[in-house]
Amino acid sequence: MEHAVAATPAWAVLAYLAAGVLFILSLRGLSSPETSQAGNRNGMIGMALAVGTSLILHPTGLPLIIAAIAIGGGIGWVVAQRIQMTAMPELVAGFHSLVGMAAVLVGCSAYLNPAAFGIVDSAGAMLTVSRVELGLGVAIGAITFSGSIIAFLKLSGRMSGSPILLPGRHVLNLGVLVGILVLTGLFAIDAAAGMGQGPLLWIILGLSFVIGVTLIIPIGGADMPVVISMLNSYSGWAAAAMGFTLQNTAMIITGALVGSSGAILSYIMCKAMNRSFISVIAGGFGADAGGPAVAGSAIQKPFKAGSADDAAFIMKNAESVIIVPGYGMAVSQAQHALREMGELLKKEGVSVKYAIHPVAGRMPGHMNVLLAEANVPYDEVFELEDINSEFGQCDVAFVIGANDVTNPLAKTDKTSPIYGMPILDVEKAKTVLFIKRSMGGVGYAGVDNPVFYNDNTMMLLADAKKMVENIVKALGH
Amino acid sequence: MDFLSILSIFVLAVFVGYYVVWSVTPALHTPLMAVTNAISSVIIVGALIAAAAGAITEGGGPSQWLGLAGVVLASINIFGGFAVTRRMLAMYKKKDKKPAASK
Repeated sequence: MEHAVAATPAWAVLAYLAAGVLFILSLRGLSSPETSQAGNRNGMIGMALAVGTSLILHPTGLPLIIAAIAIGGGIGWVVAQRIQMTAMPELVAGFHSLVGMAAVLVGCSAYLNPAAFGIVDSAGAMLTVSRVELGLGVAIGAITFSGSIIAFLKLSGRMSGSPILLPGRHVLNLGVLVGILVLTGLFAIDAAAGMGQGPLLWIILGLSFVIGVTLIIPIGGADMPVVISMLNSYSGWAAAAMGFTLQNTAMIITGALVGSSGAILSYIMCKAMNRSFISVIAGGFGADAGGPAVAGSAIQKPFKAGSADDAAFIMKNAESVIIVPGYGMAVSQAQHALREMGELLKKEGVSVKYAIHPVAGRMPGHMNVLLAEANVPYDEVFELEDINSEFGQCDVAFVIGANDVTNPLAKTDKTSPIYGMPILDVEKAKTVLFIKRSMGGVGYAGVDNPVFYNDNTMMLLADAKKMVENIVKALGH
Repeated sequence: MDFLSILSIFVLAVFVGYYVVWSVTPALHTPLMAVTNAISSVIIVGALIAAAAGAITEGGGPSQWLGLAGVVLASINIFGGFAVTRRMLAMYKKKDKKPAASK
């Protein structure tokens, strides 16, 4: 190991450290929108520093390396420019899978050429500690990869979002997980593996790819905010494990940052659904939602339906309107029409605010990005705990494509699957306008929402975007 | 660097990450995920070492090509991640700066 230290000059160690510090500053910048762009710039500088240092330290084979960076960079750049904001969740999942695969590739190449990474002893065998790091790094990388691919397929609608439940999946997953750990232990002490021979690492790799799939397929669409945060975390731990192998401070600092970031986001998302992390991972939530129409039509309760003109009239004469967007807004791309509606209402002297539930949408902060895209100023957008007390004083709560996050059963019905979940108290507003495609579907959790049948609720049954556009038209004259 | 020094850096960085990430405003959680994605691609450093060393090691071909593939994937992420974060962050505007409402 001393050999590896001698191989890295002091300036390079300091440069990697500086890159790590710049990465910390890039996350720090995200504490407010004003400093966020400078933060992102710090991240780019840090990355340029890390890559530049590597290239100077290892200046061989440059033409191919430059070509590889150009190809990858070009693809990434084009994708980033073209991607629709509503497709952000699947893009992030796709990116996670690439980090996972990159970790696997780095691990495998280190296994095939350990001397280049300075992780061999005097006899040329790979160090035991490096083998543990390598085994774990490759395993986490592979799980991140295949798990993120499944998340990507589910989020982009290429695969059904409903949970796929394999029989005995808990036993299976647990068994495979233990198997991976045992094999990593064997890999660390096996003499043949130390010389780059034997199938152990490849078996670990194969099992990890499999468990990545089996871990994510039972998890349903609405739990995706947790899954995507969790995979975010995994990609960080994979980078950290590789950082241990390479003894590279930039990688270790970054891995730790990203790992804890993803873990915190998972925690926030779980808390916002009042579910334990274990129960999300175990999956199966919303499995009954496959036949929501049945559950909805079982009891035909009376409700009040309204038109766009009614909604426009009510809101025009209101003093304050709070808009509650959900996944339905993202699906129908209604954010631009919604902003226009908000502007028109403000011209009429109505106070307009937006209320965001932490798990609205398919990833943390999903609604905020869509509203920002539609030019809604971020200081009109409020988080649940900051605005929830205002529903009692507001004239209209305008719910667009959100259901479970407004369901008061979460407070009263102990048998409800969403019991205990913090909700937006829309039912306390004088009037609730609820845009919903039809009365059939009852949200992701498969729970009917009593707000639909309240006297002060008017259901606006239509596609969210069309309805908002019609309201805009009605407000226009 | 011995294992324990690396471990110390790692543990301290986890704590730094914990406090820094809690201070991120929830409105920016999506950009947070995009930018953490981009920076976790610092794993490119490992891919670069593999690609460079493979070119000068006898029989280093497979290791070199795996490294190069890693460089491509990580580069997609680095450029894509930072660029998409930039695009998102540029959209967050305050009240006074917003363009006039179109009718």
